[in-house]
Amino acid sequence: MSFEIPIGPQHPALKEPISLRMTVDGEVITGVDIRLGYNHRGVEKLAEQKTWIQNIYLTERICGICSHSHATCYVQAVEKLMELLPPRRGLYIRYLVSELERVHSHLLWLGVAGHEAGFDSFFMYTWRDREIVMDLLEMISGNRVHYAINTIGGVRRDIDEGQKAKILEGVATLRKRSEYYFAIGANEPSFVARIAGVGMLSKEQAVSLCAVGPVARASGVARDVRKEDPYAVYDELDFELCTADSCDVLGRVVVRVKELLESYKMIEQMVRNLPDGDIAVKAPRKAKPGEAVSRYEAPRGENIHYVKSSGADKPERLKVRAPTLGNYPATIEMLKKGFIADIPLIFAAIDPCICCAERAVTLVDAANGAESIVRMSELRRRALARAKNAPVKGNAVWPF
Amino acid sequence: MAVLRNLLYLLVYPGILFLFVYSTFCEWYDRKVFARLQNRMGPTHTGKFGLLQPIADFFKLMAKEDIVPEAADKGLFNALPAVGLAVVSTAALLLPVWNFDLGQPGWTSFSGDIIVMLYLLSLPTLILFLAAWSSTSLFSTIGGARVLTMLFGYEVPLFLSVLSPALLADSWRLAEIAAFYQKRPILLLANVLGFLVALVAVQAKLERTPFDIPDAETEIVGGTFTEYSGKKLALFRLTFDIETVVASGLLAAVFLGGFPGGAIVGFLHFVVKTLFVIFLLSCIRAMSSRIRVDQVIALSWKVLAPLALVQLLVSILLKGLLS
Repeated sequence: MSFEIPIGPQHPALKEPISLRMTVDGEVITGVDIRLGYNHRGVEKLAEQKTWIQNIYLTERICGICSHSHATCYVQAVEKLMELLPPRRGLYIRYLVSELERVHSHLLWLGVAGHEAGFDSFFMYTWRDREIVMDLLEMISGNRVHYAINTIGGVRRDIDEGQKAKILEGVATLRKRSEYYFAIGANEPSFVARIAGVGMLSKEQAVSLCAVGPVARASGVARDVRKEDPYAVYDELDFELCTADSCDVLGRVVVRVKELLESYKMIEQMVRNLPDGDIAVKAPRKAKPGEAVSRYEAPRGENIHYVKSSGADKPERLKVRAPTLGNYPATIEMLKKGFIADIPLIFAAIDPCICCAERAVTLVDAANGAESIVRMSELRRRALARAKNAPVKGNAVWPF
Repeated sequence: MAVLRNLLYLLVYPGILFLFVYSTFCEWYDRKVFARLQNRMGPTHTGKFGLLQPIADFFKLMAKEDIVPEAADKGLFNALPAVGLAVVSTAALLLPVWNFDLGQPGWTSFSGDIIVMLYLLSLPTLILFLAAWSSTSLFSTIGGARVLTMLFGYEVPLFLSVLSPALLADSWRLAEIAAFYQKRPILLLANVLGFLVALVAVQAKLERTPFDIPDAETEIVGGTFTEYSGKKLALFRLTFDIETVVASGLLAAVFLGGFPGGAIVGFLHFVVKTLFVIFLLSCIRAMSSRIRVDQVIALSWKVLAPLALVQLLVSILLKGLLS
């Protein structure tokens, strides 16, 4: 019996709207179709109306989990454009926050993977420990989600000796716990039975479909911007590129836990070797005409921002390529020939951040599938007309 | 007088009222244990220590809007929750805690009641499948298919492991089996393997992690219950709560030496032993992740069924040795 099941746009496994149409034969998936565009926010257009400084806070709001990644990627591009060189201390603090963010993102992902596999205890434990790193981030920046620590030419807040000690203490605790989770994630039989051999993506496929981040690394592709094209402080740090050869969801779990341990190493190095000096240099109000591309290894993979300046105090164009977008083609391959039960796990294994990746919207007629281009004013007029003609709903009745 | 007694028996103790209170207490206990194992608090707000939370949940659901899908088979869809509740409540009457006389079999304790009990515990699974099928939703249908697929896995190991102590005790009557082991408690040790197999099979029957496959929310939304809401969902939840009590009572009666000591002490035995079984079930729930339906079948036939056969062999050999 072959039929199509819709996963999304609203589904308990998805926290964000995306539509996965699965053609299934019994429990086995035979065809996959991904539809995007449910959460277009017009960020790029908005960026053209805001100044260079204002855009830091806009790009920070592209994502709730890797907020610092987008802000840093944007700031890197603008600094390239303005030919600014931030002081060492500022850079160290900026990338210290980057690594802390990677830790919180990976811990969050571990919990989500546990939840998708029905392993709620794992979820509760990892999220409990994620609070440690969230508290550290709050201590450094004053915020838990949108740290707002970046500014063009450096960072906005310094850290003192007491904070350094607290960071080292928190990281020591987290390292101990992460090693424990590594033991559980790689050994608990029912969990491993769910994730081993699921969502296979061979090395060749990963390369040809341009997979990024932990998904590519779990397929044995040593691809990491921090190693390949070390930006800012990464050439001074001692860390290893984590890969796995199993090409499945288990490999993605292993890669992320290994990266956690590498991040702890980097955080300790950065805190211990924090140079003295200023944390920021003054940035000009306008940028020279030109364009810049910036690459940044976000927790989910390579993040790319392209900025074009016409010499004004606003960018002429900002283009954001979030890592999730790079992983969609690979996801389709991974889902094929899997079980229905594996859909949430495989999809969650790319650590999707759907509204970060939404850059366009297509209007499709539900009846005949025709695509059309419509002005905003026309959309608005249609929505109003529809609301006016909608039938009046009955009120709910109290049953007793 | 006899009519009044029977009425009290059906409605108050150990009938629906007692079962309601005790099964909601067991749900609270299960939730609390599960939460503490996960480093959470569990219910705290309603009543002392959150004791009233499951009851509050029940009444809240009773008051919620009740939606029946247009495409559903309405008669079946509406009747099944009540039938399910009736079936498990009937099964509860057969537990050898209340109203049984060892010498004189009655209508709640007779030779072969262990078979009737197992049969009544199988029915909710079929009812669940019918409920899923009659609601015609895509997710329900998949959930229903999974319910049945799982049934073919765990049912045989459960029967084999529960019936082998009966074989050793040479009786098909729960009260007599319990009395047999009360006289020779050392023989309970011979059934440890069967107890473990039955524990896993009961976990699967109750559709709790790692066997919560038919209502895996991250995969198929509500699974079998996707289209159920309001009163009917409340009844289904109550059915599962009572089924938990009955199944753990069955395990306690067969594997843990039953409930000796008359009405009061026997009842205390019942409470302690069912809570012990539920504690073990909660531990399994906290320590594992959901497995796939094909893995359930593989586990049942490659691990549980052979182990249950070993238990059966042990029982037969031991019986030969004893006689």
